Amino acid sequence: MGARAIWKGRIRFGGADVPVKLYSAVQDRAVHFRLLDAKRRQPIRQHMVDPDTGKVVESADVRRAFESDEGDLVVLDAEELEELVPKPSRDIQITRFVPVGEIDHPWYDRPYWLGPDEEEDAAYSALVQAIARREVEGLARWVMRNKEYAGALRVEGEHLMLITLRHAGEVVPASALTPPSGRELDEREVAMAKQLVAAMEDEFDIAAYHDEYRERVLELVEAKAAGKVVKFPKAPERKTELSLADVLEQSLAEAGKGTAKKKERKRA
Amino acid sequence: MPEDWDDEATAEEAVARSFWSGTITFGLVSIPVALYAANRPRGISLRMVSPEGTPLGRRYFDAKDGRALEADEIVRGYEYEKDRFVVVDDDELERLAPERTRDIDVRRFVKAEEIDPMYFERAYYLTPAGNSTKGYRLLAKVMEETGRAGIATFVLRAKEYLVAIMAENGILRAETLRFADEVRSPADVGLPEPVKPKPAEVKRIDAEIGKRLEAHLDRKELVDRSAERLKKLARAKLRSGEDVVTPEERGEERTEVIDLMEILKRRMREAADEDAPAASGGGAPSRGGGRSKGSKAADGGDGGEDLDEQSRAELYERAKELDIPGRSSMSKDELVKAIRRSA
Repeated sequence: MGARAIWKGRIRFGGADVPVKLYSAVQDRAVHFRLLDAKRRQPIRQHMVDPDTGKVVESADVRRAFESDEGDLVVLDAEELEELVPKPSRDIQITRFVPVGEIDHPWYDRPYWLGPDEEEDAAYSALVQAIARREVEGLARWVMRNKEYAGALRVEGEHLMLITLRHAGEVVPASALTPPSGRELDEREVAMAKQLVAAMEDEFDIAAYHDEYRERVLELVEAKAAGKVVKFPKAPERKTELSLADVLEQSLAEAGKGTAKKKERKRA
Repeated sequence: MPEDWDDEATAEEAVARSFWSGTITFGLVSIPVALYAANRPRGISLRMVSPEGTPLGRRYFDAKDGRALEADEIVRGYEYEKDRFVVVDDDELERLAPERTRDIDVRRFVKAEEIDPMYFERAYYLTPAGNSTKGYRLLAKVMEETGRAGIATFVLRAKEYLVAIMAENGILRAETLRFADEVRSPADVGLPEPVKPKPAEVKRIDAEIGKRLEAHLDRKELVDRSAERLKKLARAKLRSGEDVVTPEERGEERTEVIDLMEILKRRMREAADEDAPAASGGGAPSRGGGRSKGSKAADGGDGGEDLDEQSRAELYERAKELDIPGRSSMSKDELVKAIRRSA
């Protein structure tokens, strides 16, 4: 099968020059809805309007404006916007390498697989091996489709992956916040909570999770399209309130039962 | 959840409201929380205006006769065949997930480092709600000390989310994860099997990596250069008064700029045990291990590091308090310098 590359570039730093093809590592599975007019049930149109006059402003006449913190609008013309577009380039410039783990999760945005381009698989493989051995990630900069990106160049398995990173200022780091305060925690409760977490311990297996809700939404629309009556699941009853220590104890007891059952099943 | 923001709300509204509140449950323990984005909106969103500089609104029209439609004349539909739609309303979507909308039910704990970065989609901070922070602090402490992440699913606005609940610096956050079928493997993409590299080539690249090795990620490496160029241009025009429309000229009230960091700080500060002795700002005497570096400067408020963490909007508010002249046309760096000079 295989997917089509969405972009071609060259990873460059110092004497290294590795031509690569870029492929999206994510695919959209969302159920998309459209806005319809209630009567005819057909898609509607969207226009920009002047709120004072209610008149439609044609897209050719719409201007873009930067809003300052005081609410002043600075109108930018097409020429000015054009000048802001970054110069096109095929280079994926690597500026730095940092140890794996240095880039905190909230920075990661969108992953892309990189594959070798032309007949340069040897250069690609050399880069994979060098990065893997060092256990580092490269900080990358590139321009793709008129947009500037920052990213992390990583090795996943035996291939290169480029994950776009959010820009400085777009992430609020946990270190900048003060954690909530309160009375000192009870040692017995901490110990029980640790036991509970340990009892619910498992290996991370992404394949164990499915978007069940998406499946239900698709069933709903299919049933409605076929003119069938839709059955909705019932809500479970709410639990009663107990003290934290009691709840921890009960949870531990239940978690214990769960693991015992799991083991039995495995043996059977 | 983030996709909704872009078209439905302005950045300010998105920042100001918590878009979900409910409880995290693990075992039978329930912890009331509110969710806030850990990320600020991306880049700079330019407003759409008329040639005269009037901010424009979005309106919907009937595709056939061009009549403007009111909100109650618009429904949501799914296209099951070309040009054929079934209408689905919010109530139906909500009823499809009765057990999930109020709870993030943590069913498993995994080693945090086992979760591959390619699965991470977005990060949200959890702030304690309700009248006790005990359960919150307990979960944060235990997860941080054991290096575990809790895995859960929950439904919000017609989408199911798989989340990893993680703890850092005594603070819980939820990272939404992509489902397995939303991620492609190298085989799906059709990447070739790796070939054997030449050892000399590996050595040469390794030396180049060595020259560029840094111990830490410097946030300056991630500066949004396009946004900086845009701001520079806009500020120059603002200074010269060229193509500028003020809120007064538009007959508009100035909108309050609220920053995410400010809200998060406030929420964390306000959350306290009802029966605890005046717990404000400083925090509890004992917080156990696991507090990371950085947090000390943040506590102080005026520490050098803290200023650098703030957004321009926050810095601008401080500059206003300090009555710094020319603040409106200053860049972020200029504001930091000016605040440090006058503080």
